[in-house]
Amino acid sequence: MAKTESTFKNMVLSLSLISTGFAICLGLVYGVTKEPIEQSAINKKIAAISQVVPEFDNDPNSEMFQMATPEGDSLDIYPAKNGEEIIAYAVNTYTMNGFSGQIDLMVGFDAEGSIIDINVLDHSETPGLGSKMTDPTFKDQFKGVDPSTFSLGVKKDGGDVDAITAATISSRAFGDAVQRAYKTLFPNGPDAYTGATSDTTATSGTTAISDTTTINQ
Amino acid sequence: MNQLQNFTKGFIKENPILVLVLGTCPTLATTTSALNGLGMGAATTFVLACSNVAISLLAGLIPEKVRIPAYVVIIASFVTIVDLVMQAYTPSLYETLGVFVPLIVVNCIVLGRAEAFANKNGVLSSFVDGAGMGLGFTMALGIMGAIREILGTGSIFGYKFVPGDGILIFILAPGAFFVLGYLIAIVNKIKKA
Repeated sequence: MAKTESTFKNMVLSLSLISTGFAICLGLVYGVTKEPIEQSAINKKIAAISQVVPEFDNDPNSEMFQMATPEGDSLDIYPAKNGEEIIAYAVNTYTMNGFSGQIDLMVGFDAEGSIIDINVLDHSETPGLGSKMTDPTFKDQFKGVDPSTFSLGVKKDGGDVDAITAATISSRAFGDAVQRAYKTLFPNGPDAYTGATSDTTATSGTTAISDTTTINQ
Repeated sequence: MNQLQNFTKGFIKENPILVLVLGTCPTLATTTSALNGLGMGAATTFVLACSNVAISLLAGLIPEKVRIPAYVVIIASFVTIVDLVMQAYTPSLYETLGVFVPLIVVNCIVLGRAEAFANKNGVLSSFVDGAGMGLGFTMALGIMGAIREILGTGSIFGYKFVPGDGILIFILAPGAFFVLGYLIAIVNKIKKA
């Protein structure tokens, strides 16, 4: 093949043509993969929710609402229903106090305020130490627990959580995330919670927040 | 050299990571398990083969002075295609590999083969070179991932065969360096023999 001379015109032309050509290809691939990507994000969420609440027959993702945390930001809450009745809430919570930064959890609460189960969505904790928070041997101590009577601090801090050996910071952070979820979903304790029931079906997050704040006042 | 030699040189004789020592960053970071290593290798192989073919086809049309930007645009486009396809169809592998999929763009192997081979050779040879190098890379990543997974967690491909913890250091950064170093030493020995 004859070499193309490096004149200004040639350089501009070749770079422009190559960039445009490949940009078109990328646009096509983007169009094809857009839906599967959205779908897999939704599937991931539903899988995370299914692990922490009992069997439901609605679509928690489309009925997601948000509630304000004590610090002022908000958490996503997914109601799980059996028919018209809400049987559980899955709260997508987080903590910034992990040993290596943010930990994301999905906590399942029943309507009375007890924890059903917890799923670790994302963490960067040390393998073999903090990463053991995903083990049933640590996580299962939270099953059936009522945070209004069970303190979510580690035993070293006077709480009730049995920390992972040599991973106190990760255990403490885990409890912090669960506490944040509980305080957000039940700001005035479980009995006072009348919560977003039939009002939230197919409504957006902002409507639900104003509904719950008026009720809880 | 004939196409068979061209294809197999990437396996041991000119293995991109164990002999040419290119692309060590993704190697160290993504070989925490056999599956992760193989997945990363597969994505890189796709990019290598495609970009080698594209660059070989366009080599005559790209002026000398802008060849690096042009090659990078081509490589980055293929990496983006791999990124989107993985995100759509293999979401769990995509999440485990994380930032290292986009980093294939700056993997020295890809630009290195483009510069050293694809812009001087025909399309078929370039494809074979890219595929061979990619497969050699994948094999090395797979072996390294398997060693680190077996020693570090007592499991292979997620199947745990030793109860309890493994030798944790093998799934952390120092372990990666140890395993890579020993693999390079072993391949050196094999080549000399």
